[in-house]
This record gives sequence, structure tokens and C-alpha cells, in this order.
Amino acid sequence: MFSLGISVLSLARIQFAMTTIFHFFFVPFSIGMGFIVAVMETIYAIKKDEIYNKMARFWGKIFLLSFAVGIVTGLIQEFQFGMNWSNYSRFMGDIFGAPLAIEALLAFFLESTFVGVWMFTWDRFKPGIHAIFIWLTSIGTMLSAIWILTANSFMQHPTGFTINAKTHRVQMTSFSDIISNPQLWRVFPHLILGAFVLASFVIIGMSAWALIRKQKDTKFFKKSMYFSLWIGLVSSFGVVIAGDYQTQQIIQDQPMKFAATEGEYEDSGSPASWKIVASFDTKDHKVKHEISVPYMLSLLAYHKPEGGIKGMNTLNKELKQKFDHNKSKSIRDIKDYYLPTTTIFWSFRIMAGFGALFILVALVGIYFSRSKKFQIEKQRWFLYVLGLLMWAPIVANTCGWLITELGRYPWIVYGLYTIADAVSATTTAGELIFSNILYFLLFAILGGVMIYYCRQTMHKGLAAVEGPDATEQTAKTADPFSKEAFN
Amino acid sequence: MTALQFLWFILICVLFSGFFFLEGFDFGVGMAAGIIARNDEEKSTMLEIIGPHWVANETWLVTAGGAMFASFPLWYASLFSGYYIMFLLVLAGLILRGVSFEFVEHAETHRARNLWYIVFVVGSLLAPLMLCIIFFSMIQGIPINAKGDAHLAFFDIINWLSIVGGIAGVLLSLIHGLNYTRLTTTGVLRERARNLNKILYPILFVGEVVVALLVIFQTDFFQKKPISSTIIILLIVLMSLMGAWGTWKDHEGWSLAGSGLSLVSVVILIFNGLFPRVMIANNPANDLLVANSSSSPMALGIMTIVVCVLLPIVLAYFIWSYTLFTKRMASNGKVND
Repeated sequence: MFSLGISVLSLARIQFAMTTIFHFFFVPFSIGMGFIVAVMETIYAIKKDEIYNKMARFWGKIFLLSFAVGIVTGLIQEFQFGMNWSNYSRFMGDIFGAPLAIEALLAFFLESTFVGVWMFTWDRFKPGIHAIFIWLTSIGTMLSAIWILTANSFMQHPTGFTINAKTHRVQMTSFSDIISNPQLWRVFPHLILGAFVLASFVIIGMSAWALIRKQKDTKFFKKSMYFSLWIGLVSSFGVVIAGDYQTQQIIQDQPMKFAATEGEYEDSGSPASWKIVASFDTKDHKVKHEISVPYMLSLLAYHKPEGGIKGMNTLNKELKQKFDHNKSKSIRDIKDYYLPTTTIFWSFRIMAGFGALFILVALVGIYFSRSKKFQIEKQRWFLYVLGLLMWAPIVANTCGWLITELGRYPWIVYGLYTIADAVSATTTAGELIFSNILYFLLFAILGGVMIYYCRQTMHKGLAAVEGPDATEQTAKTADPFSKEAFN
Repeated sequence: MTALQFLWFILICVLFSGFFFLEGFDFGVGMAAGIIARNDEEKSTMLEIIGPHWVANETWLVTAGGAMFASFPLWYASLFSGYYIMFLLVLAGLILRGVSFEFVEHAETHRARNLWYIVFVVGSLLAPLMLCIIFFSMIQGIPINAKGDAHLAFFDIINWLSIVGGIAGVLLSLIHGLNYTRLTTTGVLRERARNLNKILYPILFVGEVVVALLVIFQTDFFQKKPISSTIIILLIVLMSLMGAWGTWKDHEGWSLAGSGLSLVSVVILIFNGLFPRVMIANNPANDLLVANSSSSPMALGIMTIVVCVLLPIVLAYFIWSYTLFTKRMASNGKVND
């Protein structure tokens, strides 16, 4: 039984990782795409330039695909806290439930109602009015991000609570402290801008593939690409600045997370150098090989060429001292506070490296687009770069969350409650294996079909929004049976 | 029990009622698409009549779940972890059904479209069936320990009441969906929906009587609350009678209201029987109560303010979105059919 108990925990963790990572492919996709489509439709409403109408309709189709998969995979999140992490739900319900319920009431109703209205009323409202519906949907997706981040930020940096002496559960003492959590307002801009990066580079990449295929609608895809390059450039700059702003908070709240991100086992001393690449001996807690840039870590952490950070070995001792006499036995039982350093270290470098690449590529792309002589559809090498790069923001977004969530280990609520305590007591390993397999198969199907249909839409080009569909619609309305029926 | 706790128990009941009324016909239309729609155009019509609304309707379930987590975390934790596999299947149904709306739009070949229609029908059946089994199993008393963990054996979940209740719930959803189809389409679909309901209603009444008898014997509803339980059961039957009357007399609005309110009455029967408990344990000492499984007064208070501010606004645009799509849709079936 005992060995089963351990595997239940790891199976539940695998499930959480799998379901949230898969869900989070589509969250930033939908947030970013909704926003960009809303901008496109607004420009159409103002300028009455038909190409923006086509852009809004075409990319709107891609948005809807992502939105659908995002919604259904989001349902899992709503249920899985109760299913797999029932002890966590009991412990955290007082804090965690409220943001979730507010998210549903404030954000989900808004986005789900207006996405339906938007989808089915293209021909019934003036463009200016119709654009309001996609704006409301887009605002809904962003509000939803705020509330789920409220819940997550509490897990990273608990504020506005007390531990009830009788029930040993978290109890809310200040709602305003919970929603003014510094983690929340530092992670939110990073997340939203990351979503814009993802969506803009998906549009750029899909347009690039369409241009590579030399299909029709060259003008349309070029326009879409140039339009999104600007959004991509601004948001890639923004996401780096926002990431730096967020890091300042992490250095204070979760120094262990930051030390792992930088792979610092020993105190760095001042000024600190920054490891570009490194390999670690995670058993003996030391760095094996490294290539580093002097001063760089001090610059990154404190924006000046001096100052050091504490290493993981020091922090581990400090944390042990702090929690060794905790009332809870499972907290006393924590052996050490080391994090999966290699994963966190490389996740950060992949994320940051792609971040720099996005800025560079967007700059080059915009430079090309300004030149009269330069025809981007002829520069196949650059189109391939753009085409491949559309997958990178998805990887970068995932890496960001890996750092955030793995950096919480061994806590589910930082300093208060361990992951090991949080898992459901009733769930069996068999049930979890079954559900993991089922989710995996569903995700494989959903992801595969979604990519297939996105690709198919891209291949069809504008025909997907005006070609056979439009003729079909005329045929429908011309049908006398139909006409009579619509009375 | 405080007034706030009572209020939130009622609110959870209201949210589930709203969900079953609204998503009830979505599920029903989904199942009906597998029965009365015979060609591509008819099936696509069935999808289109619920197309603009289904996501918002499903949000009622998401909100009910979120509200349950926020107001009664111990209930949420015990229920969802106890009925693990069942909720997994609910999710599988909702996921498959949800994406099929979008995927079928993109499918090019007849075979691919057919596949998504089948997925749509199966998902629409699976989700309500599992939810109804959960509810009818939950009210019979289940093994819950002092920590609130529900260790359920197979027969705690699958038994006479839960099976008959599950099937009756699905049947009622199907009838509800057919009533919605009658109200929102013209031509053959409207015709077939009415004809099918004329067959289904007699079966439903038999089902309702059997469920009522099983509720009497398998639960403590009639020992603890004989009067209110009787009244609500009569209400269920009465509302179904109204739906049937509307079917035979061609009053489609009344039919839809009747079948929807039957579903709502079932939810009320369950919540009325549960009260003042939220989960019934075999050992009454381990019952989860409204009084002892809720969040703190502060959390409940803040949630109450949020609901008072937001719910009227949400309801206003939610209802407005329905007023946009009041025209009947043609079945587009073959004229000679």
C-alpha cells in the first residue's frame, strides 16, 4: 500500500503537468489571437479596408479552433483540484475557490457568450458594433488570466491569510491583500505579452508557410505577416522587460527559485558572473562545467555591476533551519529544498534565448518589409526561419511555467503546505494510470486534429472564408424552402 | 448554520438548475442529432441551433463547480475525489463534444464529418448520463470517513437507483432537446422531433414513477422530509405532463418550459433531500453538513458581494444573446422526405 501511495503522488503530478501544459498551449494562443483579431476588425471598422475584414475573418477561424480546444482542456483544470488534489482543495478552498468562481462569473460568461454572438453575427451588425463582441471576448480571456493568476500567486507567495487554529486550514483575512499580491501584478504583464508574442509569431509563421507554398493570396499573407511582425516586435520587447520586472520579485520571495534558474550552488560573491551554459552534479550539489560572462548576473539581478546572490547550498541550510521545527510532521520530514536545477536552468535559457531571437527576427522582418525592392516571398530561407519559429513561443511559454511551478517544489503553497500532503487520499494508482492514458490519447487527438485543421485552413487561404463557403451560403438563401422557413 | 451558508447552498442549487435547464437541451439536441437528423444538412442544422449558446450554457457547470469550490471546499473535495472515474468520464464526454462543434466545421470529407457527428452524439450522451448517475448515487448514502474521504465501491456508484435515475435523466434531457428542436426549427426536424417525443413521453412517465419508488426505498428523503419530497416529485411529474400536453397540442414553448422545469425540479429534489447535509455518509456522524463544510464567513461574504454585483449583468447579456437568435432554422432536408 505504501509504495502505491508514492506512485499515486507522482502519477498525480504527471497528470497535473500534462494537463496544464497542454491547456496552456491554447491559453496564450487564444488570448493573443483574440486580441489581434479584435485589432484587425477594429481597423476594418475604422478604415473600411476590405483586407482587414478578410484578416479578421481568416485569423478568427484559427482563433476559434484554439478557443474550442482551450475551453475543453480548461474544464479539466476546474475538476482536477477536487479529483486529484482533494486535500489541497480542503486546505486552500477558502482562498483558492473565490478567484476560480469569480473567474467563471466575470470572465467565462463574458467570453463564452460573446464568442458565440461574434461567430454567428458577421452579417447582422455593422463592423463597428460587431468588433465590440470580439473585444468583449478578448477582455474575457484576459480577465480570466488575472483571476487564475490570483490563485497561482497565492501559491507562490501567500498573502492575506491566517491558518485557522482549529481546522489547520488557510483562512482569508484580507481579500484586498490577495488581489494586490505583488507576484500577481508582476506575472500578469509577462503572461499577456507572452501570449501576444505567441499569437503574432503563429500568424507570421503560418503566413510564411503559405508564401513558401506559393499559393494564391500572396498579398493577404504578406499583409498579415507585416501586420503581426509589428505586434511581435513590440510584445517581444515588452515580454523581456516584464520578465525582468517579475524576476525582481522572485529574487525577494523565492530566492531558491532564482538560484536554481541561474544554477548557483555556492554564494556567487560580488560581482557575480552569469552562466551561459553549465552542467551540474545534482547529487553532490555542485556545478560541473560552466561558461560564464563576468558581471552579467549582477546586472541581471540588480541592474548594476555589483552584488551577489545566495547559492542553493546556503539557501537549503536556511530553509532547513526555518522549517525544521514546524508543527507539521510532513514539513519537518522534508529532506532538502533543492529544486530540479538542470531543468529550471535550461528552461530559463531556452525561454530567454528565444526571447532574444524573437526581437532579432522581428527586426529583420520589419526591415525587409520596409524595402521597396525586397520581395519577402522570394527569400525562401527567411520564410523557413519564420515558419519554424512559430513553434518557439509555445516552447518558451511552457519553459516559463516550468520554472514557475517546479520552482515551488516541495511546496504546493509556498512555505505552508507540501505537494505530498495535497494529493487525494481516495484516488488509486490504477485510476490515475487510466486517467493519464485517457488524457494522453485525448490530447494527442485534439492536438493532432487542431494542427491538421489549422494547416488545412492555411492551405485553403482566403477560400476558407470567402470561397466555397460564400457560394454555399448564397445557395442556401436561394433555396425557396429555406426562405420560407426563416419567417 | 449561518444565513450566508444557507444562501450559498441555495446558489449552488440555482447554478446546477440553470446548468441542467440550459445544457440539458444542448445535450438533448446532441443525442437527437443521432436519431432524427438523417443527412449532413440536417445534422448541421442540429449543431447550428445550439451553436451560439452551448459554450455559455456549459459555463453554468463551470460556475457551479467553481462556486462549490469557493463556498463548500470540503464538499467539492469529497465529491470530486470520491467519484473520480465518473467525473473523468463526464470530462471525456464534455471534451469530445465541445471540440466536435468546431472540428466538424473544418472537416472536408463526408467520412470525417460523420465521425465528428458521432463523437458529438456520444459525448452528448456520456456527460449527462454520468452526471445523473453521480447525483443519484450520492443521495443514497456512501462510505465517507471522518476526514471526509469517500472510498466508493463499485456498487456504491452503480446500483438500481443510480442506473434508473441516470437513464431517466438522459431521457428527460433528450426530450428537452427535442422540445428545443421543435421550437427552433421548421420542416422535417420539427416534425420528427414531435413524433419522437410522442413515443418518449410515455416511457418517461414510467421512468419517473420507478425513480420515485426507488427514491422512497433507497434514500432517507421520505423519512426526513416526506411532505416537501412528495410535493417536488409531483412537481416533476406535473412539469413533464405540461411538456407532454404541449407536444400533443403543438405548444412548443410550453413543452420546452415543461421539460426544462422537470429537470430543474429533479435538481431541487436532490438538494432538498440533501439539506442540511451536502454529502450523506453511511455513518451519520461523518455526514458533510452545510454548517461544517463551508468557507469562512469572510470568503462567503466577499463572494456574495461579487455575485450581487455581477449576476444581474451576466444574466442581462446572457438573455440578450438569446434574443439575437429567435428565427427558426430550416431543416434543409429533402423535400420529399
